Amino acid sequence: MKLIHKEILSQDKDAKIIKITVLSPEIAQKVKPGQFVVLMVAERGERIPLTVVERNLEEGTITLIFQEVGLTTRLLGQLNVGASLFALVGPLGHPTEIKKYGKIILIGGGVGIAEIYPVAQAFKEAGNYIETIIGSRTQALLILEKELRGVSDVLYVTTDDGSYGRKGFTTDVLEELLRKEKFDLVYAVGPIPMMKKVSFLTKEFGVKTIVSLNAIMLDGTGMCGCCRVEIGAKTQFSCVDGPEFDGHLVDWDGLAKRNSIYTEQEKHICKLLIK
Amino acid sequence: MKKIPVEISQINAKERINNFGEVVLGYTEKEAEEEALRCLQCKNPSCISGCPVGIDIKKFIFQITQKDYRGAYFTIRQKNNFPSICGRVCPAEYQCRKSCILTKKGLPFASDEAINIHFLERFIGDYGIKNNLEVSQNKGNRFSVSGIKVAVVGSGPAGLCCAGELAREGIKVVVFEGLHKLGGVLRYGIPAFRLPRDILDFEINYLEKLGVEFVLNCIIGKTKTLEELFKEGFSAVFLGLGAGTPSFLGIPGENLCNIYSANEFLTRLNLMSAYEFPQAHTPINVGRHMLVIGGGNTAMDAARAALRLQRINGLPLDTTIVYRRTEVEMPARRLEIEHARQEGIKFEFLVKPTAFLGDEAGKVKKMVALRCKLGEPDASGRPRPIEIEGSDFQIDADVVIVAIGLKANRILTDVTPDLKIDKYGDVMVDKQTQETSIKNVFAGGDIVGGEGTVIEAMGMAKRAAQAIVERFLKQ
Repeated sequence: MKLIHKEILSQDKDAKIIKITVLSPEIAQKVKPGQFVVLMVAERGERIPLTVVERNLEEGTITLIFQEVGLTTRLLGQLNVGASLFALVGPLGHPTEIKKYGKIILIGGGVGIAEIYPVAQAFKEAGNYIETIIGSRTQALLILEKELRGVSDVLYVTTDDGSYGRKGFTTDVLEELLRKEKFDLVYAVGPIPMMKKVSFLTKEFGVKTIVSLNAIMLDGTGMCGCCRVEIGAKTQFSCVDGPEFDGHLVDWDGLAKRNSIYTEQEKHICKLLIK
Repeated sequence: MKKIPVEISQINAKERINNFGEVVLGYTEKEAEEEALRCLQCKNPSCISGCPVGIDIKKFIFQITQKDYRGAYFTIRQKNNFPSICGRVCPAEYQCRKSCILTKKGLPFASDEAINIHFLERFIGDYGIKNNLEVSQNKGNRFSVSGIKVAVVGSGPAGLCCAGELAREGIKVVVFEGLHKLGGVLRYGIPAFRLPRDILDFEINYLEKLGVEFVLNCIIGKTKTLEELFKEGFSAVFLGLGAGTPSFLGIPGENLCNIYSANEFLTRLNLMSAYEFPQAHTPINVGRHMLVIGGGNTAMDAARAALRLQRINGLPLDTTIVYRRTEVEMPARRLEIEHARQEGIKFEFLVKPTAFLGDEAGKVKKMVALRCKLGEPDASGRPRPIEIEGSDFQIDADVVIVAIGLKANRILTDVTPDLKIDKYGDVMVDKQTQETSIKNVFAGGDIVGGEGTVIEAMGMAKRAAQAIVERFLKQ
C-alpha cells in the first residue's frame, strides 16, 4: 500500500491528473485489464474505486491514474512517495473480455483515457486492429498520448478548445469513422455524456459497444447496492456485475442522477477541508 | 419467587436519540441476582432446548444466585464464545425465553414473565470482560506443537467464533477479511446503540492475544483463491462469508436517488461513521420524511439510526417503518420494536410498496403503496398479506431504506465451481461437520442456509471447528 512513484501527468489552472504507483504484490499478480481497486486514503476517509492502469509483476506494483475532483482524490493527490494508503483491496469487478474481435475503436475522454490504455494493450496483443480516439478539454490535460499511439494502428486526438489535435469531441471523430467503414467493436470510457453519445451513435450503426461505468461505490463487493444501475431495464451492481456493460442497454440518465447524489456534500467538505 | 421480572435500566428515549450510544444499560449485580432468583430451576428445563447452541441456562442462572459469576461465565462459554454480544443481540423471545416454562403456551414469542435469560447472559458476559476471565484461560502459544494452519474467511460472528475455537486448541489461524475493519455484520450492520464497539473490539483483541492473525482488505475469490490458500500451507479453510448482497423490491422507481439498501445505509453509518460527516468523509443523506421498508431487526436498526440522524441534523423527527403484515408477524426482536416506538418511530402496517416517484433531479419524493389485509398462512407459516384493490395511496418520502433481506454474495462461489451451492446461492454443507463439497473446506453462518442469528452462526462455527480438530489433531 506504499506509494513508490508519483507523477503529475497533466494540469492546468482548474484540473490536475496524477499517476501513482503503489506497492501491492497480491493485486499486481491478479489484476487484469478492466478491473479496479477500492482504496482509502485515511482511516476516516471514503472508499473510492479506481481502475488499475498498469501492473509490474517484478516490482509487485500497480499504477493508478486519477483526476483531482472531490475531497478523496485531492487527499490522494497530496500523498507523497513513501506514504501508505490506509486501505487497498482488489482486484474487483469482471475483467474485460479479451479476444480477437477484428477492428476495434477505443475511445477515451479525460481521465478515462487512462482506463482504455490497459484494454488497448490487451486487445492489440490479441491481434485486433485498433483505432483510438482520445480527447480532453485542452492540450494541457491530455494524457497517455504517446503510450496509446504505441498500441494503436491509428490515433486521433481531439480537444474541446482546439488547442491540440482536432477541435471538437471524440464523438465527432467516431461518427466519421463509423460512416466510412465497418467496425466490430467500440470500447469507451469517459464522462457520462460522452459514453452516452458514443452508445447512441454506435447503436445507429449497429456496432457492439462496451463501456466501463464509474458509479459511486462503497464496499465494491456487492454488499451495498449503491452502484446499482439499470441495464436493459434490469438492475445490476456496477461493482460485481460490471464495471463493463453493453453501452446500448445502460440507463445513462439514471446513472448520471445517481452519480450526483452527494454533489452538495462534496462541495461542502472540499470547501471545509481543502486549503 | 418474584413474579414481576426485574426491569432492565435503559437511557430514556428523549436522551438516547441524540447519539449512537448504547440504549440498554444492563443489570447491576443486585438486579441480576434478583432476576436469577425468579428462575424455577425446573427439573427438566425447557429453556435449554430453545437455545440454538444448547447453553446450560439452568446451571448458569443457579450460579448467579450463588454469586458464582466466574462459574456462570464458563458455563455459558462452553457453548457460546461471545456472551456479551449474544446477550445483546440474541432474539431471546423467539428462542430460550420462548421455551421458558413461564411463557404462556401458544404465544408467538415469550411472555413478559419469562426469565430475562438474555439480560443475565449479558451480565455474565460483561463480568467476564471486566475481569478478564477469558484471557486468564489462555494456555500460551502451542502452535508449534500442532503445526496445523487454518484459514478463516470472513471476520463476522461465524469467522470469529471458529477462529477462537481453533486457536484454543493450539491451531494457528489466519482470518481474511475483505473490508478494512474486523467484525463483519457486527461492525457494519449492527449499530453501536445496540452493540457498543468496545465490546466487539474486546473480543477481537482477545483473539489476537490468543495468537489469531488477521489480514484485512483481502477478498478470497478475488485477491486469493481457495486453491492458493491450500498452496500456502493451510490445512483447512472455514468460510464465514455472510449473506452479503441486499435484496430490493423490484418495483418501478427503486433506483431513484436516496433509496438505500439497509446494508448501504448502515454501512455508511457504522463502518464509515457517516454521522460524523464531514470529520469522517463518507456522506449520507438525511431526509425530512424517512421511510424504512421491512419488519426485521435490520429495519429497526435502520429506522432508529435514521431518526438519530434527523435529530443530529436538527430536523423534526419523521421516520416511518412500513411493513406488509402486522406487528405480531414482524420478525424483529420485540425489544427493538418497543425501543423504536419509544423513540418516536411511526409504523404503517399492512402496507405494500408498489412504486416510487421522483423529481426531475431523480430524487425520490413519494412512495406509492397498497393497503393489505391478512390472508391464509404462506410457506413461512405467517399469514399472507393480500392487497386490497383500489386502496393505493401515496406517502411523502425523501429518503427510503429497503430492509427486506439479503441474498448470498457470489464472489467466491462464482470462481469456485467445485463448491456446491443451492438454488439460493448458499453453500451446501454436511450437517454434522459443516464440511462443504470440497474436502477440508468448511462453512457456517449466513452463507449456509441464509440469514440467521449470531448465535446460530456461532453454533455452525463451533461444529466446524470441532470437525477440524477431530480431523487434524486427534488422528
